[in-house]
Amino acid sequence: MSSSFRRLDEPDREWLTVEIEGETVCVAAGETVAAAVLASGMQSCRSTPLSGEPRAPFCMMGVCFDCLMGIDGTANRQTCQLPVKEGMKIRRQLGSAKAYI
Amino acid sequence: MAQHQLLIIGGGPAGLAAATAAANAGVQCLLIDEQATPGGQVYRGVADIPTQRAKLLGPDYQYGHTLVEDFKASTAIHMPSTSVWSLNAQREIGILHGTDNKQATLLSAERVLIATGAMERPVPFPGWTLPGVMTAGAGQILFKSAGIVPNNGVVVAGSGPLLLLLAWQYMQAGVIINAILDLTPKDNYWRALPHLPRALLSHHYLLKGLKYQRQLKHAGVPFYTGVSDLCAVGKEAVTTVEFSHSGGRKNIKTPLLMSHFGVIPDSHLSRSAGCHHYWDPNQLCWRPTTDKWCNSSIRGIAIIGDSAGIGGAVAAHHAGRLAGLDSAYRLGNISSQQRDENARQDRRWLAEDLHVRPFFEALFRPCPTLLAKLKDETLVCRCEEITTGTLRQAMQAGHSDPNQLKFFTRCGMGPCQGRQCDNTISQLVAHELGNNVGQNEPYRIRPPVSPLTIEQLANLQDGRDKQ
Amino acid sequence: MKAQVIIIGGGLMGLSTALHLGLRGVKAIVLEQDSPGRHASGVNAGGLRQLNRHMDEIPLSVAAAEMWKNIKSLVNKDCDVQFNGQLRIAETEEQLKTLQKRVDDLQAKGYYHERIIDKDMLYHLVPKLVAGCVGAIYNPDDGSARPFHASSAFRHKAIALGAKILSHVAVKSIEKSASGWQLNTNQGTYHAVYIVNCAGAWARHIASEFGESVPLMPKAPMLMVTERLPPFLKPVVGAIGHKLSFKQMQNGTVIIGGAHLAHLDMQSQKTEIDFTQLKISAQSVTKLFPHMAAVRIVRTWAGIEGFMPDNIPVIGPSAKADGVFHAFGFSAHGFQLSPIVGRIISELILDGKTTLPIKAFDIQRFQ
Repeated sequence: MSSSFRRLDEPDREWLTVEIEGETVCVAAGETVAAAVLASGMQSCRSTPLSGEPRAPFCMMGVCFDCLMGIDGTANRQTCQLPVKEGMKIRRQLGSAKAYI
Repeated sequence: MAQHQLLIIGGGPAGLAAATAAANAGVQCLLIDEQATPGGQVYRGVADIPTQRAKLLGPDYQYGHTLVEDFKASTAIHMPSTSVWSLNAQREIGILHGTDNKQATLLSAERVLIATGAMERPVPFPGWTLPGVMTAGAGQILFKSAGIVPNNGVVVAGSGPLLLLLAWQYMQAGVIINAILDLTPKDNYWRALPHLPRALLSHHYLLKGLKYQRQLKHAGVPFYTGVSDLCAVGKEAVTTVEFSHSGGRKNIKTPLLMSHFGVIPDSHLSRSAGCHHYWDPNQLCWRPTTDKWCNSSIRGIAIIGDSAGIGGAVAAHHAGRLAGLDSAYRLGNISSQQRDENARQDRRWLAEDLHVRPFFEALFRPCPTLLAKLKDETLVCRCEEITTGTLRQAMQAGHSDPNQLKFFTRCGMGPCQGRQCDNTISQLVAHELGNNVGQNEPYRIRPPVSPLTIEQLANLQDGRDKQ
Repeated sequence: MKAQVIIIGGGLMGLSTALHLGLRGVKAIVLEQDSPGRHASGVNAGGLRQLNRHMDEIPLSVAAAEMWKNIKSLVNKDCDVQFNGQLRIAETEEQLKTLQKRVDDLQAKGYYHERIIDKDMLYHLVPKLVAGCVGAIYNPDDGSARPFHASSAFRHKAIALGAKILSHVAVKSIEKSASGWQLNTNQGTYHAVYIVNCAGAWARHIASEFGESVPLMPKAPMLMVTERLPPFLKPVVGAIGHKLSFKQMQNGTVIIGGAHLAHLDMQSQKTEIDFTQLKISAQSVTKLFPHMAAVRIVRTWAGIEGFMPDNIPVIGPSAKADGVFHAFGFSAHGFQLSPIVGRIISELILDGKTTLPIKAFDIQRFQ
């Protein structure tokens, strides 16, 4: 299944690599983690703590908190507010914050 | 002795214009910006956007470049990647700043300008929480800040100018638009008509909208008007959009649905600070009470731009200038005559701009029964997964205001702190009680209004007093 | 409007009193200036604690604990009670000695609800506690409930038993009348034979209407709640070396209290969080539970509560006015006592006496 999003063809992009769910993925410098995750083809970034239903970024501006993912071992980070960094480890947020325990 | 003369929260057109005006009048000014580069949401990424992407977004977006350049040329200081988690009536501000290890600090200022802008009006409909359903604003942010666009088609649905703008921008970029679903109630055209003559005074807005529509239709994008009962359907993500049109039920296959029902002020910070707010029955949102210089009910705190009431980017720029000049006057840097003189053009612009507002407000006003028609199974609180049915039951059991509902059902107690359900709850309660929305106290909003961890609070630095 | 009994204050004390009067066929009127459970009753930390009580409160607390164990039969709702125990941690041997002395004192008086537990038992009960603590006092029968749900349940049961609960009615003044008392409010006058002052942080004004001055101080202790976490803690935790109350709710959120005070403006009834004080709470948490460092604080708040200088409430008849009774000043630990206080007041009104010892709570200690 191809990704719902694509990047426009732009010559000046700088690329770096991150890990999304253990897989190495190329993303563009300056993108937020949420944008990069959507562009990489991932459909849902988390499952809710209550019913476990899938969610994905909704507002992209920090007011919905649906884009929460685990970043470098810390749970529930708002990925639409976080720029990608070389080597970042990005994981789906499954339910409440297991990473703490 | 406060640490700063003027502290501005928000890097959009209002904040930038206020900072520039105040700094140019000699005020020591700090602008706190949640983004890494200035522009806010409407001009997001404008400072370093690739030229070819900027072209796709159109000339209005590119105007933001000038605002940013003027700001950079002033003495105002930009504090990027900094969030504000608290503001009180003593103008003490809690910020979280830094790139890698965030530091929490308390600041203080003689005057604070809140320019936090707007957010999409959150309107619940069946399936609105499915992956693949996003706001049109989200689509714009992906486009502006990352040059990311839909790959396999998109349905754009709702009501309001942003709908056509986004569709037009997508068309410029070669994106396939499966359909544009206009949910503007047919009645609204009649209600808006009396305001049309006045709106023609600001005809450039109207012409633009017509131009976008014409070009989209010419490109063969399917248009549906008078649409209602929008539904997103799918299991792991949206696969189909269902809707009512011309007396029948239709559906369109799509992996993406972008919805838009207008924008409302992001009043979270101003409410948590204790500023007085009222329910605007035309814009259907909570707005702060402000005077003609944008001062709020709390001395020393002013609220500008869309966070004071929806007026758009140009109005925000001019309101920002007014508040910046007024701040310079109140801080003793200029006289009231100088302030009034310098503000003259901005006042004229604002008066002109307002010609078109009543027309747009009437035209794009959400259907008043939209929320009353909500099905029991539709989620109102996305975070805590509270359905309309649960809320109706709680109201029938006597929990009859938004705060009681919050305590009893947990609606509004999740991570978004009620941002996505506040507008809906206020209207739902009024509908159940049969009274006016403004009569029922809305959610009491408490700090921290943006994410703050226990460790960050434990390491809080107190920077309030001048050494 | 008139009634045999008018209760001023629709918090838990007032609602519990109305409920117990209702159980004995007396339909009271409750006058609440805001909405029932709006203040301390609805927003406290929900602790059901017999542990670490003032000696004089213990008999009441023990009786109240029985009622909470059977709360469903009293108010038809379980109020989300859980009984996973409470403990008060000692980080050093010195602190443990202090706790041991308390347990010895209690046992000398015939109370066995608190016991010392050693290091092994402590870490068995609280595995995520930071290393190096030496022991604690523990009551396995303590627990917590959800304050707003409890307030709602008491309110509904009181109404079902015939009480009238009126919101947005503020008592301005009270005068003697032919048949008893006349209460002048912002919504007209009320008449009663008996009055109960359950006005919480506002009780001082009411008491003064009867010529009784009490050194009640309204204060606003702060609390915070975190995002949802997977379950890691069953008992409610405090520590002798920290102002801290730390509990994990069934939904996974952690509620952190500690009685650090917010700024309070009684005129506008507005509280303002003092983050420089709340910082101390956060430091206590990161010290005792290091894994909580990166956990997000979703909300902070402060409830308006009435404090007495000796930290125990005023419960009992007025010293100056016939037919007037007081139940206020619970100094941030009234939640657990609320079921029994309502019964005590109803007994004082209807029987002229109560079986539980309330001499220590007499208003006269301030006169």
